[in-house]
Amino acid sequence: MKEYGNVKGRIFDIQRYSIHDGQGIRTIVFLKGCVLRCRWCCNPESQEYAVQTMLVPDGSGILEADGRLRRKPKVIGEDVTVAEVMELVERDRPYYRRSGGGLTLSGGESLCQPEFATALLRAAKECGINTAMESMGCAKYEVIEQLLPWLDHYLLDIKHINPEKHKEFTGRSNELMLENARKIAAYSKAAKGYQTDREPHRMELSIRVPVIPTFNDTPEEIRDIARFAGSLPGVERVYLLPYHRLGQDKYEGLGREYLMPDILPPTTEKMEQLKRVVEESCSLRCQIGG
Amino acid sequence: MRNSYPVESIKKSERITRLVSHLYAKLPEIESARALLLTESYQQAEGEPIVIRRAKAFAHILDHIPIIIRDEELIVGSSTLAPRGCQTYPEFSYEWLEAEFDTVEHRAADPFYISEQTKEDLRRVHPYWKGKTTSERATAYMAPETLTAMAHNMFTPGNYFYNGVGHVTVQYEKVLAIGYQGIIAEAQAELDTCQPGDADYARKSRFLQAVILSCEAVIRYAHRYMVLAKQMADQETNPQRREELLAIARNCGRVPERGAESFYEACQSFWFVQQLLQLESSGHSISPGRFDQYMYPYYKKDLEAGQITIESAQELIDCIWVKLNDLNKCRDAASAEGFAGYSLFQNLIVGGQNKEGLDVTNDLSFLCIEASHHVFLPQPSLSIRVWNGSPHELLIKAAGLTRTGIGLPAYYNDEVIIPSLMSRGLTLEDAREYNIIGCVEPQKAGKTEGWHDAAFFNMCRPLELVFSSGYDRGELVGIQTKPVEELRTFEEFYDAYKEQMNYSISLLVNADNAIDVAHAELCPLPFESCMVDDCIKRGRSLQEGGAVYNFTGPQGFGIANMADSLYAIKQLVYESRQVTIGEYKKALQMNYGRGLDEASIEDMVLSVVGELKKKGITPDAAQIARITAEVAARRPSEEEQRSFDRLYDLIAEVPKFGNDIPEVDAFARDVAYTYTRPLQNYCNPRGGMFQAGLYPVSANVPLGAQTGATPDGRLAHTPVADGVSPSAGKDVHGPTAAANSVSRLDHGIASNGTLFNQKFHPSALSGVSGLENFVALIRTYFDQKGSHMQFNVVDRETLLDAQKHPENYAHLVVRVAGYSALFTTLSKSLQDDIIRRTEQGF
Repeated sequence: MKEYGNVKGRIFDIQRYSIHDGQGIRTIVFLKGCVLRCRWCCNPESQEYAVQTMLVPDGSGILEADGRLRRKPKVIGEDVTVAEVMELVERDRPYYRRSGGGLTLSGGESLCQPEFATALLRAAKECGINTAMESMGCAKYEVIEQLLPWLDHYLLDIKHINPEKHKEFTGRSNELMLENARKIAAYSKAAKGYQTDREPHRMELSIRVPVIPTFNDTPEEIRDIARFAGSLPGVERVYLLPYHRLGQDKYEGLGREYLMPDILPPTTEKMEQLKRVVEESCSLRCQIGG
Repeated sequence: MRNSYPVESIKKSERITRLVSHLYAKLPEIESARALLLTESYQQAEGEPIVIRRAKAFAHILDHIPIIIRDEELIVGSSTLAPRGCQTYPEFSYEWLEAEFDTVEHRAADPFYISEQTKEDLRRVHPYWKGKTTSERATAYMAPETLTAMAHNMFTPGNYFYNGVGHVTVQYEKVLAIGYQGIIAEAQAELDTCQPGDADYARKSRFLQAVILSCEAVIRYAHRYMVLAKQMADQETNPQRREELLAIARNCGRVPERGAESFYEACQSFWFVQQLLQLESSGHSISPGRFDQYMYPYYKKDLEAGQITIESAQELIDCIWVKLNDLNKCRDAASAEGFAGYSLFQNLIVGGQNKEGLDVTNDLSFLCIEASHHVFLPQPSLSIRVWNGSPHELLIKAAGLTRTGIGLPAYYNDEVIIPSLMSRGLTLEDAREYNIIGCVEPQKAGKTEGWHDAAFFNMCRPLELVFSSGYDRGELVGIQTKPVEELRTFEEFYDAYKEQMNYSISLLVNADNAIDVAHAELCPLPFESCMVDDCIKRGRSLQEGGAVYNFTGPQGFGIANMADSLYAIKQLVYESRQVTIGEYKKALQMNYGRGLDEASIEDMVLSVVGELKKKGITPDAAQIARITAEVAARRPSEEEQRSFDRLYDLIAEVPKFGNDIPEVDAFARDVAYTYTRPLQNYCNPRGGMFQAGLYPVSANVPLGAQTGATPDGRLAHTPVADGVSPSAGKDVHGPTAAANSVSRLDHGIASNGTLFNQKFHPSALSGVSGLENFVALIRTYFDQKGSHMQFNVVDRETLLDAQKHPENYAHLVVRVAGYSALFTTLSKSLQDDIIRRTEQGF
């Protein structure tokens, strides 16, 4: 691997046999650090760039007096090189070949570590591994633009169209992200060539919407997102991802308060209703779940 | 071949639902008719050649055993009046049953109802069998050290020691084609060539006569059903059922006497073969094999002629699936734990190649998968052959069945199994036509006596002997290797393990061969033998070496435990030198300070007594009681406890098999060779060789209960690892990492089969992409030369709830090991083990 193999970055997990994020069997690398502070975030340990300590179940299955599983401290965050990550990603190459899978970057927001993210995607592409990235597009477009040539599938999160509400629930307004979405879509449509060869490169773009009760789960709010997605060139699919509470214990493990303790996951009927809203509001195909 | 397969689901007829609920209406029952008729016939034929006595007894049973046609059945032939009942087989063993008369109904694993009348009947005939059973004869042939090793649970040949062998796939296609009339003619023609002056005249002529007697009896048995069906039709008021009964009568009048002329006749003919093989002997794993292949010509002809529709063919196949669950077998309490789930392991396989190497997946391959959807019961053990040329639709259809959580089908890799069988002497053509016997054992149908499930060999036990220099419970059962403290290098330690392994393996071989001879002498099976080449030509039963291919396949298990144990010792004792082997030994004896159960205390007391005896002191009862009290009261000192805890934590940090670490996996590969390599040097009395399997059925739980703490941190008497799978909970990087590790074992040399179990949460298979990715996982494991893969798809909560409320889960099927069983019929400890297995995917 070339010099970019030595690029260092900070990750907090690598998950193999991931089958609900992009095509096929994938290995997800979770990059640490995020620009947003979404109240419902299921990976709160991803938000800070700093290495943290979190209490996690110790695997003994022993219940403490308070009825909870016994826990032990775990260090969250590790500095690794691109070459080290790729060594692990390579191990499932036979599965990618059979399933059309590959590497997925997730976070956090991968764009917070642009040089590392770009180097990872490039390392994978150069040895023939399919790449995907889950991201909110929250960075300067020049930063995003430099990694797009190495990306096969951009899974772009759009959470809300209303800037104020977006800011209230995520800590940041959405103008930059929506603007980036248009530019990324334009790139996707243009099918540019790779930097290293002249083959035309068609990057797939999907829009993913976390459906969060009290935040964006009314038909009107989903309709607005769908219309926006429908206006983007090059998008084929919208995914509605139902809110889940699997991250709740992690807040406690980090000594933080969970801000949405009373929110229940949307029902299947509700999700089906919103799916119909999407299909009525734009010409894109819509799927519930990854 | 068609361009499009019937991939969509086919409507299930309501008849099937009713047949299934009738089958499971009550507890299965033990019946005595066979034992009584068998004994009567044996007494009448005293002094005649054994093979003739066997045939006469078989005929006597078939002529007089009560017969029944159950409500709404389309395929008939039942070995017992009670649904899912069983007959008994005192010629193999009987003492255990008599001892369990009063407990068999209430035991945890596989209970059976037994009436007072049946107990009385059996008590009356059992004395005749004293000294005449195969198990007694086998014992008489075993070396004293073999009996000692067995008493110390080094291995368990219980399967064939107490029962018939089974584990065969006969030439169903031959019966379908020419009927028993044709086979009788073949035997008669061979008999006609026998000259009284021939060296083999005595044996050959009597064997062929026995074949003819047996086949004639089978024809008469079918005719009894013809008469019964006619009688029932005469009394039947429902016109539709009346027509069905008349059709049944017509079928039984024609087959299996003659060749089948329709698909329906072929189904009925198949069933009589399958049922009666199991009435002749008590063997299990009598496997239908490539049903989709030998039934296909009849299906195709009738479908093209408009005689049947896909739906009507489906109903007949469904009926056969129900019947496969109607057969049953009562095992002794200990074996019932090892084979839990009332399973008969009737393995039926679809897909794969023909002898020319072309893919021969057909419509019936799909209908068979659909039948398991419809009937949703553990039998048959459905298997799928997979190779690079397998149609994608077949795998997706199969994955759809896996997703239901029934634990079926199991997936097998042609690309490993075919060359593996060729390495054991099969021709290329025969190897390409393999099917699976029982759990995971490949062979060529109609040519093989494979003795596939010949014993459980616990690879953990020889390691215990390294720590005790060959002693167990005060008795020498292994090799007196050097005191473990004197083993200076890992190589010395590993050599000591290999020495103990080799010795135990040699005793295992002795046990199997003794049992083999006993079966040949006392229980040759002429009916089974007439459907396997070259028994008729050679004039010998399968039990006497009549088959073209002969093997003995005992299975080793505990590979993951031994790989992790030896690797931990290598790392901690001999490389980083963080602990001494002496500390390790003490920690194992004291179960890492995690408390001693009664079995451990008893072991230690017997060891102390043994030491005293060596010094010439024989302690009396009072002294033994005192020693017991001392051992039971013994607690590790604080310092000892600290050292145990430290070791326990150190072990936890040592890399484990199952996590895609090439160095550890290569080590595991080598450890598996300590079993598979020595074994292949041995021969059996039928002129065949031994070949290893690496799979445990469900014995990893009961045999784990006979194993003390192991150096991988496994506590005393807890289950050992299942098959070639990583130790439960030790693989923490998901299914691809575990599959990569397991694929690094040498599956080819374990030509009697390997078993890799993965448990999935249903969400991992949800949607079209879930199925696609699941199929890709199987394909990739197979690309990397894995041999077999099977799956449990249930969530933990479902299983926990099923433990609490078994009444709501009467039909919950789980994959136990090489087979599926109803979860609620398993013992609590086995249920716990299934729940504990690492949940993959999510």
